[in-house]
Amino acid sequence: MKQARIAKVSGPLVIADGCGGTKMFDMVRVSEKKLVGEIIELKKDLAYIQVYEETSGIGPGEPVYLTNEPLSVELGPGMVSTIYDGIQRPLEAVRSLSGDFIARGVDVPGLDRTKKWDFKPSVKTGHKVSPGDILGTIDETQLIKHKIMVPPGVSGVVSEIKAGSFIVTDVIAVIKEDKGIDKKITMIQRWPVRKQRPIKEKFAPLEPLTTGQRVIDTFFPIAKGGTACIPGPFGAGKTVTMHEIAKWSDAQVIVYVACGERGNECADLLLSFPELKDPRTGRPLLERTVIVANTSNMPVAAREASIYTGVTIAEYFRDMGYSVAVMADSTSRWAEALREMSGRLEEMPGEEGYPAYLSSRIAEFYERAGKIVCLGSDSRQGALSIIGAVSPPGGDLSDPVVQATLRVVKVFWGLDDKLANARHFPAINWLLSYSLYHDNLKEHVCSTVSEEFISLRKEAMRLLEEEASLLEIARLVGIESLSFDDRLILETAKSIREDFLHQNAFHEVDTYTSLQKQYRILKLVMAFYSVAKRKIKEGVDFDSLIKLPVREKISRLKYVEEDKPEEFTKAEEELKNSLQ
Amino acid sequence: MLKEYLTISSVSGPLVVVEKISDVKYSELVEVQFGDGELRRGKVLEISDDKALVQMFEGTIGLDVLNAKVRFLGRTQELGVSPDLLGRVFDGAGRPRDNGPQIIAQKRLDINGNPINPNARAYPSEFIQTGISTIDGMNPLVRGQKLPLFSAAGLPHNRLTAQIARQAKVLGTDEKFAVVFGAMGITFEESDFFIRDFRDTGAIERSILFINLANDPAIERISTPRLTLTAAEYLAFDLDMHVLVILTDMTFYCESLREISAARKEIPGRRGYPGYLYTDLASLYERAGRIKDKKGSITFLPVLTMPEDDKTHPIPDLTGYITEGQIIVSRELHRKGIYPPVDVLPSLSRLKDKGIGRGKTREDHSDVLNQLFACYAKGKEARELAVILGEAALSDIDKLYLKFADQFEDTFVRQDESEDRAILDTLAIGWELLRIIPRSELKRVREEYLNKYYTV
Repeated sequence: MKQARIAKVSGPLVIADGCGGTKMFDMVRVSEKKLVGEIIELKKDLAYIQVYEETSGIGPGEPVYLTNEPLSVELGPGMVSTIYDGIQRPLEAVRSLSGDFIARGVDVPGLDRTKKWDFKPSVKTGHKVSPGDILGTIDETQLIKHKIMVPPGVSGVVSEIKAGSFIVTDVIAVIKEDKGIDKKITMIQRWPVRKQRPIKEKFAPLEPLTTGQRVIDTFFPIAKGGTACIPGPFGAGKTVTMHEIAKWSDAQVIVYVACGERGNECADLLLSFPELKDPRTGRPLLERTVIVANTSNMPVAAREASIYTGVTIAEYFRDMGYSVAVMADSTSRWAEALREMSGRLEEMPGEEGYPAYLSSRIAEFYERAGKIVCLGSDSRQGALSIIGAVSPPGGDLSDPVVQATLRVVKVFWGLDDKLANARHFPAINWLLSYSLYHDNLKEHVCSTVSEEFISLRKEAMRLLEEEASLLEIARLVGIESLSFDDRLILETAKSIREDFLHQNAFHEVDTYTSLQKQYRILKLVMAFYSVAKRKIKEGVDFDSLIKLPVREKISRLKYVEEDKPEEFTKAEEELKNSLQ
Repeated sequence: MLKEYLTISSVSGPLVVVEKISDVKYSELVEVQFGDGELRRGKVLEISDDKALVQMFEGTIGLDVLNAKVRFLGRTQELGVSPDLLGRVFDGAGRPRDNGPQIIAQKRLDINGNPINPNARAYPSEFIQTGISTIDGMNPLVRGQKLPLFSAAGLPHNRLTAQIARQAKVLGTDEKFAVVFGAMGITFEESDFFIRDFRDTGAIERSILFINLANDPAIERISTPRLTLTAAEYLAFDLDMHVLVILTDMTFYCESLREISAARKEIPGRRGYPGYLYTDLASLYERAGRIKDKKGSITFLPVLTMPEDDKTHPIPDLTGYITEGQIIVSRELHRKGIYPPVDVLPSLSRLKDKGIGRGKTREDHSDVLNQLFACYAKGKEARELAVILGEAALSDIDKLYLKFADQFEDTFVRQDESEDRAILDTLAIGWELLRIIPRSELKRVREEYLNKYYTV
């Protein structure tokens, strides 16, 4: 084979000649330093390579090594609790090799080759298996039972299966394929990141992904297998909201992709997740989390890959039948990486310098979400939800990345600068945001919480909308000239905002609220409204109504622990008694 | 023996194309000897088989195509470091500016550095007391944080920055900060103000200054912040010092970046700034931080002036997306004669929550700051309302909020330039102000703290 060599270097773009016969998106190693790169354009003998590491110090004439396989990730036990960079190098291993700063050309496999796993087979020799069938399990953490599956494209009869302690590269089973070939199965599957993993069937998501955040779960819920986006200017609380969802949502596996964001935020995740307890299982949250971190100062091309690395790992867990959530913070940085590479390729730009294929790439990415039936004969179901943060310049929602995202996602949590400045967090603007899952989730909410929850929500939303227009009027004519009915609406809306929507992520109790508790708080807030409204009609003094001490009690209900439902009953009693 | 090339084929702005070269590497340092013997430096921006595109650091005035000689130095731009750097003043390219001797380097560091492994980062959690209430009380700074000052032309950001550099300390320790100061494109008077302030207070002994003035080559500004941060990394992670890095003014830095991008005929992003402005700024800002098992830290305070006071201008916008908060200097407060004119509402410190509270400042700090924010926001709303309807039309409670906002600006925000206000004093003023508002309104403060501090 002819040796490929570098012909030109321009930042992360390297052009190599002598690359005839390579394929698009094949992975290559550039120069003697063995920098990782990927072919993104081919012109006869020339290959345009985006390099995932800093290219200073390399020059024309140096060799390029072709691998002839696409950029792939290793899937298998050992991913949970690990922090990876954008091309799935475990950062802890990188640290032990190259110190506190990331050196170039470090080559570490995604999965630890030395750790032994206890494999328990669940099939016997002679079993006929098809892709996706579970061969056995490993207790990866106390939360995750890792299922070793027959890789896509392999089917036949199990001719050998082992039990015991193995490293990931050991052969744990042999499958005699229909053509008579023996296929050796290890615990690793390699999968190209840009290709969606196969599924059997996709269907509409009907179950909510509860996040413990009142404004989200009650007003703008997302479904398990759904998609959502959080656009907002800086300082509006995107990352805190993302972290909150990663902490408290009832997904079984979380893949957190920190794409072009701050290093200290990754450190925060790493520091807090081992200590925080999952509210449902009481186990450390890190035991269900995979982190892909490509911070803003790490090479820009790897940032582009990090989103795909994350979603491919997530799909793998989904294929085991888990409900998985991918948090991508922030997709704007990923889009900017696309733009940067596109500029260096001298492509004709679309809007704002972004490449013309921006919106199709975004759509493709979000479409990898869904509620599905996994491959395999047991027809287990898995769900993959994708939540993406978007950071539009100046918070301007006409930004091409926001617009392209809104066209595909079903839930929009619009963050608002004004709310953030008044320290109303989460700063999700209730008049701007929407969720298209209300109808899908109706049945589930009715059966698990209460039918009344839905009507309460609609009523509360109506009051918030009326508040907006009443405040306009009050601004012009003064609040005193409004009728008592209208002033009661203002008071109640204020209570909904402050006592229900406002949630302190750093308060030990307030940070998570179960659906049941959300329902009971909202019920009390709204109960006050309907009783007070009746009383006003009966001629009771307005000021004495709004100064009732029970209102302060209602305002503190969000700080009541989950295991003390009697506090709510007490408050309900008090409300009833004080308005006799 | 380095090869000399006489093969410059074109010069355009700061960019020079050299032909017929061999064995040249990307981002290598270049020395160009002008026809009159003057030496200037640059670096390789793009390299193909026989052609290199070189960006000159100090401009191309006086460069001719025929006689200039080009040498490729085989290394990237480096800074020679040693403890002797402390107390010295350098120019924007790292040459002594104070008539002192050359530094004898203990080692040479690539000024671009390497990214800190996120897994090696220690989370910043030590509260830094700056002695300024609007920062300590409302937007606390912690060691290893990057917190920019968003200012604008004509505002006293220099005085504020110098005050922070003077007063910053970690409670309960005697450790002092070393200050590494980088100036890009500022005027002589401004730089003189800092140098004098550092000299007068004796801070210069623990400082390193890199100064690129407004009339120095604009392109040099690209390397000034990198030199500054490389020196800071050396002090922090090799010599175990706590370093406060001040870079002013980032706006000039970004403009130099735009200049080069335009000369390279790249497709511009917003307002003509290159599409990689975010990545480029991040490669500077992200060098702040702490590392596990290392004693030192880099706390980073960049200063930028917002063109037309516009926060959505690309420079403040992208900066805000990378840094951990921002301190906004307000023209409105400055006009009212309030110093320091920090507008607390749009200001933010993202890392505050791990740096405050019991054992760090005081247990009620977090609740108090949330409540002060909420009350001040309401007070400002009431003030707007009063402008439209007259103060008489305000409800009783709104009148209290209005009073709160006025007093907040007067007693909490305002302080003297030499006043080093301890955090407990700041909190005491905060509670004093909260007593203006009836207790039932203070929903952001926990009962126990209200019991303890509200009624005195």
